[in-house]
Amino acid sequence: MDLGQLFTNVLSEMTGPTAIAYALAAIGLNIHFGLTGLINMGQAGFMLLGAYGFAITTIEGGPIWLAFLVAVVAAVVFALLLGLPTLKLRGDYLAIVTIAAAEIVRMIGRSTALTEITGGSEGLTGNSFKHTFQDASPFPDDRWTLGPITLATNSSNSWWLRIVGWTLVALACLLVWRLMRSPWGRVLKGIREDEDAVRALGKNVYSYKLQALVLGGVFGALGGIVFVLASSVQADSLGRPVTFNTWTILLLGGAATVLGPVLGSLLFWGALIFVRGLLRGLVPDGALTVQQIEQVGWVLVGITLMLLIVFRPQGILGDKKELAINAR
Amino acid sequence: MRPVDTVARPLRPPRTLVALLAAALAVLATLVITAAPAGAAADPCSPDDTTACLNITVTEPGSGPVEGVELTVAGQGQEVAATTGENGRASVPLTAAGDYTVTVDEASLPSGKVLLHPEANPVTLPVALGRSAGRIVQVGDPSDAQPGGSGGASATPGATSAPGATAQPTDEAGTGTEASAGPGTNRYAQLVLAGTVFGLLLALASLGANLIYGTTGLSNFAHGELVTLGGMTAFMAVQWWNLPLWLAIVVATAAGAVAGWLLNRFIFAPLRRRGVGVTQQMIVTIGLALALLSAFLFFYGAQPVPIVSGISTRMQIGPVQISGQSLVSVGIAVVVLAAVAFTLSRTRLGRATRAVSDNPALAAATGIKVESIISRVWIVSAALASLGGVLLALYLNTTRFNFGSTLLLLMFAAITLGGLGSPAGAVLGALVIGLVVELSTLFLPNDMRYASALVILILVLLVRPQGILGRAERIG
Amino acid sequence: MPVEMPVQDVVAQARQSLAGAEHVPGAAKPDPLLVADGVRRSFGGVNAVDVEHLEVQRHVITALIGPNGAGKTTFFNLMTGFDKPDAGRWVFDGKALAGVSASRVAKAGMVRTFQLTKALARMTVLENMRLGAREQPGENLFTALVKPLWSPREREITDKAMHLLERFKLDAKKDDFAGSLSGGQRKLLEMARALMSDPALVMLDEPMAGVNPALTQSLLGHITDLRDSGTTVLFVEHDMHMVRHISDWVVVMAQGQVVAEGPPADVMADQAVIDAYLGAHHDTDLGDDALLDEGGVIDAEAEAEADAEIEEKQP
Repeated sequence: MDLGQLFTNVLSEMTGPTAIAYALAAIGLNIHFGLTGLINMGQAGFMLLGAYGFAITTIEGGPIWLAFLVAVVAAVVFALLLGLPTLKLRGDYLAIVTIAAAEIVRMIGRSTALTEITGGSEGLTGNSFKHTFQDASPFPDDRWTLGPITLATNSSNSWWLRIVGWTLVALACLLVWRLMRSPWGRVLKGIREDEDAVRALGKNVYSYKLQALVLGGVFGALGGIVFVLASSVQADSLGRPVTFNTWTILLLGGAATVLGPVLGSLLFWGALIFVRGLLRGLVPDGALTVQQIEQVGWVLVGITLMLLIVFRPQGILGDKKELAINAR
Repeated sequence: MRPVDTVARPLRPPRTLVALLAAALAVLATLVITAAPAGAAADPCSPDDTTACLNITVTEPGSGPVEGVELTVAGQGQEVAATTGENGRASVPLTAAGDYTVTVDEASLPSGKVLLHPEANPVTLPVALGRSAGRIVQVGDPSDAQPGGSGGASATPGATSAPGATAQPTDEAGTGTEASAGPGTNRYAQLVLAGTVFGLLLALASLGANLIYGTTGLSNFAHGELVTLGGMTAFMAVQWWNLPLWLAIVVATAAGAVAGWLLNRFIFAPLRRRGVGVTQQMIVTIGLALALLSAFLFFYGAQPVPIVSGISTRMQIGPVQISGQSLVSVGIAVVVLAAVAFTLSRTRLGRATRAVSDNPALAAATGIKVESIISRVWIVSAALASLGGVLLALYLNTTRFNFGSTLLLLMFAAITLGGLGSPAGAVLGALVIGLVVELSTLFLPNDMRYASALVILILVLLVRPQGILGRAERIG
Repeated sequence: MPVEMPVQDVVAQARQSLAGAEHVPGAAKPDPLLVADGVRRSFGGVNAVDVEHLEVQRHVITALIGPNGAGKTTFFNLMTGFDKPDAGRWVFDGKALAGVSASRVAKAGMVRTFQLTKALARMTVLENMRLGAREQPGENLFTALVKPLWSPREREITDKAMHLLERFKLDAKKDDFAGSLSGGQRKLLEMARALMSDPALVMLDEPMAGVNPALTQSLLGHITDLRDSGTTVLFVEHDMHMVRHISDWVVVMAQGQVVAEGPPADVMADQAVIDAYLGAHHDTDLGDDALLDEGGVIDAEAEAEADAEIEEKQP
């Protein structure tokens, strides 16, 4: 087993577009759950809408800034549609509604009826929507090597995408940091503790929750864009498992912290690729197929989530005293 | 243990449950009795011991069925000409088993349309007596035609860095055999029947989740995997261990019961003892669902696996057709649901369960062993889920690693619609969801059937969060 | 427009003018801050609240008493927007507040505390206090990003919070998590927090519940201080001694309706109130074991009552 290659793979994956996309999605989820206590089980729906918004706008000929704008607006509208009616309901209900809404988005996206727009179950191929992003790069089209990693400069899983992606992550973290230390963040914290108390102090709790839902959803949409810029837009690749992974990442890194989602994403992908690579190397050929090894990875993820939430719900960076959940 | 701000909906003495079952049976009976006019379509073709059916459907993706396409079926010394009807289907009865070649007359396609996969015309299909064989032919604009490859299937996303999505199945909105309105049936009545059957089986599968929610306040996101467990166990029993179907059903139910006991004993009871909150437990079920889903994929692969090969013969009853297997499944479901209703309302166990559901602390204070009740509820719930899983897998003609998971939301929809914590409500909700899913195909494309049920779920939560039979809670 | 009078005089005048009010349920008050009409709320057929008319005088302490289940907390919930009535209107300081949401009611100047204290446990005491303040531009999502836009106001708020904390003797705990405070301290925190927005009416839901007797006196002092600084106080209580001690006016509720109103001394002496609230046998000394014997005093009284009831029923 080539350990050197394994580590290169791990490093490449940890810093790659998937980790970036999930970090953004987890940051969004952190605003929902970590800061406000909203249980959003449909973050993948926001990601998918962002992806479709960006891709379809680009395919229809729109410039890149318009594509980003459409993606953001789609997320805002979705958040409002979801939030306006349901934020008055109990937490469980919001979870079910968000999961159902995300599934509806996915089903509509993959439906044959809308194949002309969304590509149906085959989706929108990369070549159709990546050009505006790639054209915006200041680098010449080439392949560069940095340390052990060699990548294209501009196309798909590229240095350009990584630079833009991590910049977005950094900006998002900065924003969250600012907001958490502001009076706005204080109101959210109060809402997470006890809505009624905050209401009795004259704050419009409903409006704040809606704002949190929208803001977190926008980050999810940005994550979706990064995700598909590295591959293609396919409804099934942004389904329920993606939401659950995002939750695992958030809880792993530490909800209600600024850097928790980022750390969680790095560790999650690094560990997953490492374990998979290790298994592939150690398990004798023929005992397990490649797909089966992949599934073992996912089983471990599921078990990790279970153990995390029970034994260390504050994650790595979280403060037990300031837990997002009422762990007793 | 339970979120403090809720008033737990007690399990009402389910006379309503019995009434609902009677209503469902009445619906079925009326369908059988009313002689609704049969659709004036092509010659009826129902497979039986001496006849096989070959159904060719011509559709245009994005638009719908294509009528008036001519085709020839040749084989076994016969040659038959057929034309697709209103629903785009040509149904050809054949009296000899074997291979038949189907040729579409391209000249008869609507002007401007071509076959999307011309290399697949003509095509040869095997046909067996007592069964239906089908083929879908796609047409479209010349610019859409793709060289090579088979039509209709979607490629699984290749990127390994987008995991969890690998091996997502193509058509998840599984179609029951009953939903296909063959010629000689009234389409509307057939869909109502399909909806009722699907609803009853869904009720069986989701009742367990409702019971668990009622007694412990836990929304169990892993319930879908328990349903899959039933289907998978039955598959193994029949295909790997060569057990007769009835025994396989028993084994699958038992497997579910064992799983329920294990889950409670080793995961949820310890969590309750530790005082872990319900929200955290919910997230535990999510992790569990992911682990189990991947485990199923690991063991069984991504391909659909049939529990039994072949399709059981269909019987024509008035304006509808129903297969013998489905009738038996419905019978089992009704009997089991009635048994649960009886247990909940008449037996001590049932009363104790209702007490725990209403107020666990008070129930404990009156001497009821709450943990023992909860353990039994888990066992029964998981057994019901697995039984429902087998029957649903038989109904949908296939079982796959994620078929329970795709049904999870429908089950939640059923429970929420009927009223969280109300068993009679779960049955009612499931019936409504089943009907909605099937009847929606009258207006919506087939692959959006489940979406309509989810829209109903969201609407119900907005308008009447306590569901049909739930009690309005004092929030705050 | 009223002449600018020192606060103590305003309060003293308000208390004295109460003497003119009638001692009947629904009595009109000389200068009412809150007027409620025809407020009804029932749960599943049971009338939780059925108040025909109630007026709360400005600048005084009004106590709302009654047995458990009388509807006091439900009435509170209705007035403050935490529950929707089946019917009824009420006016607060000239503003109609029926159907207004809880947060807007609080913004209008009617602030309440809760029976089970809602100290925001995982926030510090100081943060709890800051949250109670009004008009902090930083609470807007966009303004929050630009610190200079809100930090001056934040300093003001912090100053005020510290003053209040000193007054309530919680200043030493300002950086502790509210969850680490004792029950009594949390009561004080909730009261202090409610004052951050300078409300016109403070509604205290059982402020003495669960507070050890040593703290009771200090709490009473705080409540009278509140009134003396011009704030109107309406509180729900069970403890009759406390009620007698500090309230200027008492309203008695039973089974959802107002059954008596008046100054404390009058209301306490009203036989109907005593019976409804304290029970017909409240005079009997239950420490006497002889009472438990068969044929004892209690038995005799009970029999007599039962006979009386039977006689009443027979036409």
